[in-house]
Amino acid sequence: MIRTQGLTKRFGRLAAVDGLDLDVAEGDVYGFLGPNGSGKTTTVRMLLGLVLATSGTVELLDQPMPKRAADVLPQVGALVEAPAAYAGMSGRASLALLDAMGPGGGRRDRKRRIEEALDRVGLGGIDRRPVRTYSLGMRQRLGLAGALVRRPRLLVLDEPTNGLDPQGIREIRDLLLELNREGTTVFLSSHLLAEVEQLCGRVGVLDRGRLVVQGRLEDLRGPTGRLHVRTPDVDAARALLDGRIEVASDDGLLIRHDDPAALNRLLVEAGVRVELLAPEHRSLEDVVLAATRSGSDRVAR
Amino acid sequence: MIRVELVKLLRSRRTWVTVAVIDALPSLVAVLLATTDIGPRPGSGPAFLSAVLSDGSLYPLAAIAMVLPLFLPAAIAIVGGDSVAGEAQQGTLRYVLVRPVGRTRLLVAKLVSVMAFALLSLLVVAATAFVLGTLLLGQGPGQVTTTFSGTSLSNSQLAARTALALVYALLSMLGVASVALFLSTIVRSPLAATMGTLALLIGSSLLLTLDAAHALRPYLVTRYWLSFVDLFRDPILWHDVLHGVLQQVAYVVVFLLAAWANFVTKDVTD
Repeated sequence: MIRTQGLTKRFGRLAAVDGLDLDVAEGDVYGFLGPNGSGKTTTVRMLLGLVLATSGTVELLDQPMPKRAADVLPQVGALVEAPAAYAGMSGRASLALLDAMGPGGGRRDRKRRIEEALDRVGLGGIDRRPVRTYSLGMRQRLGLAGALVRRPRLLVLDEPTNGLDPQGIREIRDLLLELNREGTTVFLSSHLLAEVEQLCGRVGVLDRGRLVVQGRLEDLRGPTGRLHVRTPDVDAARALLDGRIEVASDDGLLIRHDDPAALNRLLVEAGVRVELLAPEHRSLEDVVLAATRSGSDRVAR
Repeated sequence: MIRVELVKLLRSRRTWVTVAVIDALPSLVAVLLATTDIGPRPGSGPAFLSAVLSDGSLYPLAAIAMVLPLFLPAAIAIVGGDSVAGEAQQGTLRYVLVRPVGRTRLLVAKLVSVMAFALLSLLVVAATAFVLGTLLLGQGPGQVTTTFSGTSLSNSQLAARTALALVYALLSMLGVASVALFLSTIVRSPLAATMGTLALLIGSSLLLTLDAAHALRPYLVTRYWLSFVDLFRDPILWHDVLHGVLQQVAYVVVFLLAAWANFVTKDVTD
């Protein structure tokens, strides 16, 4: 659905995005991660043809961008940074106006598509108040509705849960998963690791314009080679496994060991009761922090 | 896209407020003339104004002559300056472009919309002026209007020439509109685009009065604006009118091309 090769954008001497090879397959929920200023938004803008690449290619839905934008973009729903609408109009009128501007949105079913999109994002009951009076969360939902009006095959979303409260974030997460089950590919740019961890099957991590990690979340969160054991008989376990315990805390012990079954037998045969035994996995945070440096919003001396 | 822009223009409250403000000046002048009966001395004041006291049906022309030098172009500078930069500032430009609307098409639609605003203003001004003129100032003697050359015009001839004058006034605004649109694609703030356009207008008016700038005169955007007066001579003096139209077309070609060249290669980052 999205493929870039050697995608590069320079602003003067600064390479905002540098040789990016993205690969997002149909049906993915793809999390695009990176610190602030790492080039996420510039990449999203290049995918959509807003910013023109210095070099490299972009393919969206197997078509070259921005050359075939007129064919491709009607099938893409986008939220680029903050949502925006015609502030003097009602939410409905603003969506209808944008829908009427371009191809791929029939006039006859416009009203129905807009109501459906508003219902999906939880704005079905909005009245005729102008968008200027909307709260941040309502604007965010309206922006999402705008992305859904033409029932896109691909959603490109930049920080879609910005400004939403925990309930709202949960709702939008469920909505995106539902859309994905219905066949929509979702490309989600975010710096909220928890959000990506709960939503995405595949992730790419950007650092200073370069893609430093790309893969399935499951693979990235592979075992660390340590086992997590919780037991009431801590002292007995400590005596038994002396030297192999790397961390001991209230939450249990972390033991360097390859084979959970063998360790379990060892403990149980020695009379150590086992409450929990599981391989330790890397968290997404570990993966991202290991791969990136601090964001460009930190300006140290 | 053009249709959508026109709908947007007509539905915006700002459009109608601006038109009303433009219309207020000639309306006020009509009321003043009718109540005081003191007209400017012939040869001074805006064109046609000394003639309207005896013939109210000329008032639309006097009204156009009043709004054309400043009010209308200033309003066009505002609407035109806002056209692209305003969308960018509001954040809607990126959503319009990914809708997708082609960048060239967007520019053309914006120019058409600005010119539609000019047409709307001129029509409202002319219509109000006609009603106020005939009601307050009365018809001329014997239903016949006199041209500047002393010959007379029938009512239908007058209507035709007034329509011609309206078209000419509209075409005269093309230059301002395309400059405003061009600046609107360059700067981030709609206010800056408007001020830049106004600076051009004021500069042009000022240079016109300067003898040392004689060589520049044919290129100044305001040079031929009031040449529509020549449509009321007998026979019609076409020379300046035609030059005026050609000059405005040249402005459109140059500045629309410049706007296009800038906009289609621009990174939209706001």
